[in-house]
Order: sequence, then C-alpha cells, then structure tokens
Amino acid sequence: MAPTVNILLAGFGGQGILFAGKLIAYAGLIEKRELSWLPSYGPEMRGGTANCSVCLSDEPIGSPLVLEPDVLVAMNQPSLDKFADAVVPGGKIIVDSTMCQRLPERDDVDIFPVPSTQLAEDNGLKGLASVILVGKLLREIGFCDPRALDEAIAKSVPPKKAHLLPKNRKAFEIGMLNEDGESVPVCSLPDDWAVE
Amino acid sequence: MTEKVLMKGNEALAEAAIRAGCRFFFGYPITPQTELAAYMAKRMGKAGGVYLQAESEIAAINMVYGASAAGKRAMTSSSSPGISLKGEGISYMAGADLPGVIINVQRGGPGLGGIQPSQSDYFQATRATGHGDFHLIVLAPSTVQEMTDYVFRAFDLADEYRMPVMILADGMLGQMMEPVVLPEPKTELPEKPWAVTGHRGERPHNVVNSLYLKPEELEDTNIERFERYERIKAAEQRAEEYLVDDADIVVVAFGASSRIARSAVNKAREKGIKVGLIRPITLWPFPVNAIGAAADRAKAILTVEMNMGQMVEDVRLAVCGRVPVEFFGRAGGIIPTPVETLAAIERIAASLEGGAR
Repeated sequence: MAPTVNILLAGFGGQGILFAGKLIAYAGLIEKRELSWLPSYGPEMRGGTANCSVCLSDEPIGSPLVLEPDVLVAMNQPSLDKFADAVVPGGKIIVDSTMCQRLPERDDVDIFPVPSTQLAEDNGLKGLASVILVGKLLREIGFCDPRALDEAIAKSVPPKKAHLLPKNRKAFEIGMLNEDGESVPVCSLPDDWAVE
Repeated sequence: MTEKVLMKGNEALAEAAIRAGCRFFFGYPITPQTELAAYMAKRMGKAGGVYLQAESEIAAINMVYGASAAGKRAMTSSSSPGISLKGEGISYMAGADLPGVIINVQRGGPGLGGIQPSQSDYFQATRATGHGDFHLIVLAPSTVQEMTDYVFRAFDLADEYRMPVMILADGMLGQMMEPVVLPEPKTELPEKPWAVTGHRGERPHNVVNSLYLKPEELEDTNIERFERYERIKAAEQRAEEYLVDDADIVVVAFGASSRIARSAVNKAREKGIKVGLIRPITLWPFPVNAIGAAADRAKAILTVEMNMGQMVEDVRLAVCGRVPVEFFGRAGGIIPTPVETLAAIERIAASLEGGAR
C-alpha cells in the first residue's frame, strides 16, 4: 500500500500550477487511488498567486486543503517564503530555482532546487516548467508508476493541443532525469521509455 | 461498473442534473459556482435542452417556476447572495407546489461577504429561504460523488413531493476535483398530469398559482402542505453514522466540515477517545431520529460547522437536553483544520473525565 501524500503546489497564475496538480491527480485516478485536487480560486487567480492542494491516499480523504504539506512545489519566491515553514519535518521542497534565489533555512526537510524555467526555455518547452517539476517530484518521492503519469499527461493535454503532447512528455522526462549530486532517485523512467 | 472520471464538484452537479433529465437551466454567474453554469452552457444545447443566462438571479428562479409549471425538470444555481435574491421565487414555487432544484454553492457572509467556502446559509436553507410557511428538502453532499448522486436524487424527490429541493454545497466542494462515477442517464420521467401544457379542450384547466385571497382556502393549502411535510419527515430523514455505536462523544457535522470532522474523529480514536460522527445528509428533514438515538447512548455531542453555530440549534432540539451539546466552528470562509477540531473533541473528553459522570 502506497503512503498518503499531501502535496501543495504554489506559484504565479500562468505558471501551470493547476495543470501540474491535475497531472498528479490523474495519475492517482489511473492507479485507482483516493485523491482530491483543490485550487485556490477567485481574484487571486487572475495574475496573482495560484496554489493547488493535491492529496493521494488509499483511505478516504478528509480535508482536501493541504495546510501541512509532505511536499511543497514552489515556483516563485513569495510562495516559497509563505509555505516553506508549513512543510512537515522530513518533508520535501521542490523549488524552481530560476524563480527563487533564496532557499529556506531548514535542515529537517530535503530541498531540491531545479532551474525549471531556465531548463524549459533551453529545451524549447516554454510554459512547461511546472511539468519538469512534476517529473522531479516523481523522481524524488515516487508517488506513482511513471507510466501512470505518462498516461495522465495524455489525458490532460486537450485534443485541440495534441501537438503539445510530445513537449509535455519531454518536460516530464527532463524532470525525471534531473540529478542534484547526492540524491538517489526513488523512481526512474522505464527502460523502454521513448519520447517521439 | 462505469469508469471513474475526475470532475470538479460544480461540473459534477451540472452533468448529474442533465443525466437526471433536467433540460432547463437558468443561471447567473457568481463565484464559486460559475463552473456549473459554464458547464451547462457547453453541454445543455447538445443534450437538447435550454441553457439561459438570465438578466438576474430573480429572473432565473422565475424561469425555473415557468419551466416547472410546464412539467419540465428545471434547475438554477447560485451562491449565497444570489440565493437570497431567489428567495421570493422559491417561496412562490413552494406556494404553487412546483418541483425544481436549487443549488447553493455557499460562500462566506453576510452581505457580499467573501468568496471562500462557508456553511452560513444553513438557517436560510432550513428555516426561511423566503416568506411564508414552507420547507424545502435540503440535501448536503460532502464529496464530489455525493454532489452527483444527490442532485440526481433531488429531481426525483422534487417530483414525488411536488416541492423545491435544495442542494446545499459550498465553495470547497464546488471547486475541488475528485474521482466520480456518473449515473446512467434517466430515460423515463414521471408523468405530471397537473402541468400547464394546454388542455386542447380535452380536460379541465390546470392552474399553477400561489395566490389565494380567501384565508380559509389559503389555510387549507398550508395544512395540506404540512401534512405532506410530516410524511417527508417520516420517510426521508437520512444520515451517515461513523463509529457511533460505542462513542462517548458524538460529533455532528454536514458537508465539507464533516470531512474535517471525520479526520479529527480518526485522530481522536488513535488517542483512545471513544468518539463517532453523525453526518446529516438531509438537513431538512433533519435526522432527529439518528441524533436522538445517539443522545441516548453518548455522554456529549459536539457540532462542527463552518459558521457561528446554526445546525447546533437543530441538534439541541433533537437532543432535548439529555446530554450537553457543544459547538465548534470557523466562519467567514475559513475551513476548520482537523487539528483544531481534534482539540475541541479533546476539551470535551477532558471535561467528561473531570466531571461527575
């Protein structure tokens, strides 16, 4: 039985925060788990901060609002500053280090800086930094089978934007392959993985 | 079994309504229920129905009155301030014995309030949605699956008892996504011989009306309606019980706050506190039988709500002084946390231990 994981994703509106949360939620759906996805909503979504709570579990989910995340994905400095202290001891923080210069001073959590906005630009994947971070998240905590996440990407990219599917998969792959020296991945891409 | 899909609560309400045979939706946008209207705008035409954005909430509810009088399944949705505007029309529907479904995806109040989730329209839904002596059947979902199931059921209840039914949801349930199994679309709907569909010279006129200038006649309609309400109270009370049998403390919570309460109950059980949960599914008729039975066994009751204390009054009426009834709530759009709800349970547990009992 996989453990319950409470994930908080936060950043600016337009960075793909809700979409990244949706990928994780769909992966949970595909693996037939209990899950919830709760966005922040209202005027703050229009250009301000956006955040999204995702819970994956094998038990029915109580509060879908994640106040004490096991994992925080922060895509800008205000979000990182706001939520870093809320992460549970032993939790993990994945940071878009292109957007965040100051990392939290906590030694009881694992912090993974990934220059995802830069990586996205360098690889012609503008706008897909959040998907890179989902890849990194999966590599570090292994919340689902990578194939389930790949299927989730296929489900989440709307038919009208089908041409973006390979780009989303590529972004996911970059995240899954992102090393940072000491960490041993919890989850790796399947041997027969291929991006067209 | 049908495949599970991932849907927002607001979208699930809309899709389930269409599958329940609703072909007339009249709405007006307001956060946090707008996705419901947006989904209807997209889907209703394809389902062969009418989606209409009215010029106001008041217009929308009166369009529901009209469609319902013509014998069709009709619905409107809004959030708290918009429901206040619909109050007059809902009272007219009750007075004219018209079925219909009204959805309230609640937000904090009073006044324009805020846009974050709340349960502060409990009184409005169960006591006085509009003027006059009447009730709505009020259903309180706590998951996206229940949003689907209850709206599907609401249309049947509305037709069966010829009265408006309200789904009392909130911004959290409306905005969140969860896996959901959608019901098979209804193919047969009940006959409505009372509907005003044109008599073609073949039968007497049907009249849909709430105006009775003779007090004796008006009193008769009230008495008939309240006899019907008694039948509903006897037949339609629904509540879910969780770990209640051996509980010293019973938490009563509905909708979104029942999810938080359930987490708190689980945490309290891990600490050895004998606590259970009753989740009213029907807020009217209130499940007095389930709560009355719990009051016979438990030592104390705690009501948890996202308001300043509304359902607690119905709980106290059902308990009738047999055991203490405490209240814990957060208001203004704040969702209580499992931790602070657990603390409220622990305070009661401590007082039971220290007390004379």
